[in-house]
Amino acid sequence: MGRYIARRLIYLFVVLFVVSVITFGLMHAVPGGPFDREKKLPKEIMENLNKRYHLDEPLVMQYGRYMYDVMIPHFSIKAPTSSLLDDHLFNVKVGPIWIKWMNFGPSYSSRSRTVNDIFRDQLPISMQLGLMALFVALVIGLPLGILAALKQNTIFDYLGMSVAIFGVSVPVIVLGPILIYIFGVSLKLLPPTGWGAKPPYVLGFLPAKLDWNFWKYAIMPPIALGLGSSAIIARLTRASLLQVIREDYIRTARAKGLQERLVITRHALKNSLIPVVTILGPMFAALVTGTFVTELTFGIPGMGKYFVTSITNRDYPVIMGTILLYVVFLVIANLVVDILYAYLDPRIRYD
Amino acid sequence: MAEQLQALGRKTTAGGAPLTATRESLWKDALRRLVRNRAAVVGGTIIVILILAAVFAPFIAPYTYDGQILKDQNTVPQWILNLFPVMKNYAKINNNYLLGADYVGRDLFSRIVYGARVSLTVAFIGPIISLIIGVIYGSISGFFGGRVDNIMMRIVDVLYGFPTLLFIILLLAFFRGTLARPEPGTFSYSISQLDAQMGGMLFIFIGIGLTAWETMARLTRGQVLSVREKEFIEAARTIGASNLRIMFRHILPNIIGPLVVAETLAIPGYISTEAFLSFIGLGVNPPTPSWGAMISDGAQVIRTYPNQTIFPALALAITMFAFNFLGDGLRDALDPRLRGTQ
Repeated sequence: MGRYIARRLIYLFVVLFVVSVITFGLMHAVPGGPFDREKKLPKEIMENLNKRYHLDEPLVMQYGRYMYDVMIPHFSIKAPTSSLLDDHLFNVKVGPIWIKWMNFGPSYSSRSRTVNDIFRDQLPISMQLGLMALFVALVIGLPLGILAALKQNTIFDYLGMSVAIFGVSVPVIVLGPILIYIFGVSLKLLPPTGWGAKPPYVLGFLPAKLDWNFWKYAIMPPIALGLGSSAIIARLTRASLLQVIREDYIRTARAKGLQERLVITRHALKNSLIPVVTILGPMFAALVTGTFVTELTFGIPGMGKYFVTSITNRDYPVIMGTILLYVVFLVIANLVVDILYAYLDPRIRYD
Repeated sequence: MAEQLQALGRKTTAGGAPLTATRESLWKDALRRLVRNRAAVVGGTIIVILILAAVFAPFIAPYTYDGQILKDQNTVPQWILNLFPVMKNYAKINNNYLLGADYVGRDLFSRIVYGARVSLTVAFIGPIISLIIGVIYGSISGFFGGRVDNIMMRIVDVLYGFPTLLFIILLLAFFRGTLARPEPGTFSYSISQLDAQMGGMLFIFIGIGLTAWETMARLTRGQVLSVREKEFIEAARTIGASNLRIMFRHILPNIIGPLVVAETLAIPGYISTEAFLSFIGLGVNPPTPSWGAMISDGAQVIRTYPNQTIFPALALAITMFAFNFLGDGLRDALDPRLRGTQ
């Protein structure tokens, strides 16, 4: 297992390298720069701006400088300052020495903010949305799938699978406006757009107060985002449970006179959930990036809005930072799922 | 899966029919099962209607998709007030438009009909691109095995680590930015001209193609690996068939079923990707109507004129329903044992 994890970490660095080179290349290949305006800035100002952000250097130098700032921990005896160029995501003091890590640089378009500032303020919102959507997916998907499998070929089965087809067929940009119209505009029960949680967050990403002011914004978006995934979970749970129920050990359990309830909960359910766990990795990945669509539909100030505007504004550090951060998310989510898988199913060995 | 397909085929020819009949009866069998599946038939019918609507859009749509009649902007027909009572107090009534007119006075119904063109083109071109790249890549990898396979699959693994949606946004921004105003006569100029003629769809195809083939490549490789060591491949080899012939005559026909099913089930994903890209303004060029772009335009006025969002959204949902129904039916038909799985 140790070797497997080590291999996956190497994989993470390879992916980070390839993704960063491609992203960097694509960004800089587009003509124009972040400081191009309708009304041209004076030449001297342009030169100074380019110099300040090292945009006058060769691309390889810029790339190296960026990756050095992000990846390599910096050791210094000076305490972190509030300078825009010296804002690290992690600051740890060991004895007299400060270890600073992950400086994603300043944002070009929102002056006076760094990419790390955007991460600290906006990423928690996307995380809250993504995690709640995952919760919605599980809470709707699992019972639906289990019910459909246990009552195979009954009205429950057909109803459950119809809901599942509905779920995969209605993307967020369809379900979002419909929910907004019904509950936000027509019934006026919920605010159509916005988000209730504001910094500071508990543990860096949880909202400080879980009151109605938070929930009234946080009902529709997770449902809109999570419904599609709940459909996938429901279908997978149903298929897997149907398969497990036909196994010999289930027959044995029944033959020895075990109650049907215990046969299902102790033997069938536990084993049928293994494939469901494996899909949680890619699903988490899809939900985390899916928050982008949801945020734009519901006007939620998360990472999605910043990413799309940063692309039109040529805000290089925000684009790079966001993409690299999500790569790390995806790879780690899959790694966690793989480890969980090996733990749940002792037959799986990765070495 | 290929073994199962073969097993199925064998069962149908238990009477000792010649080998060529096996494959045919497998597909015939599948077609019979597909036609019996009511949901799949409904899905297929909707798709046929949509295709007809897209092809004959100029004859169906009462107006053009870009004709603006400014004095009619945001008008609605009488019947819509029953559906959206919010509008009763302020909406201007104009029964010339079946579903109302949008914020610059374009007929919504006509735009939705023309919008089917974009979604359906993506629905058919997306699978073709990802099939071509994925099948070639995957079959080379699986067929040659060993070091080639190892290297090719490691590349796919790395690409799998990409956050697809972010990457496609970046790609589209790159295409739109780089090829915005190229010099006439250059390669990028002809590309951007082609894209402009297609209403901006070319880059969407490239973006989808570049991000969607990896799944196909993995699936194809797995299928090829499972068929490669079979006796009939060995037999073909002993009579001196070339690699290409073995690939196309012996392996591909045996693995195409699962690939087609996977692609059909992936179509709703392509449709929603295009809709999303148009939704954030990186998709088709206005005024080419795309349902995603119409939803986005309508969302600006959802509080006052909900019809401008809801109708394109319904069109998108119905199309995705139809493709999901058909895909599910196709999968059940080709392999009944998989019913209800992913």
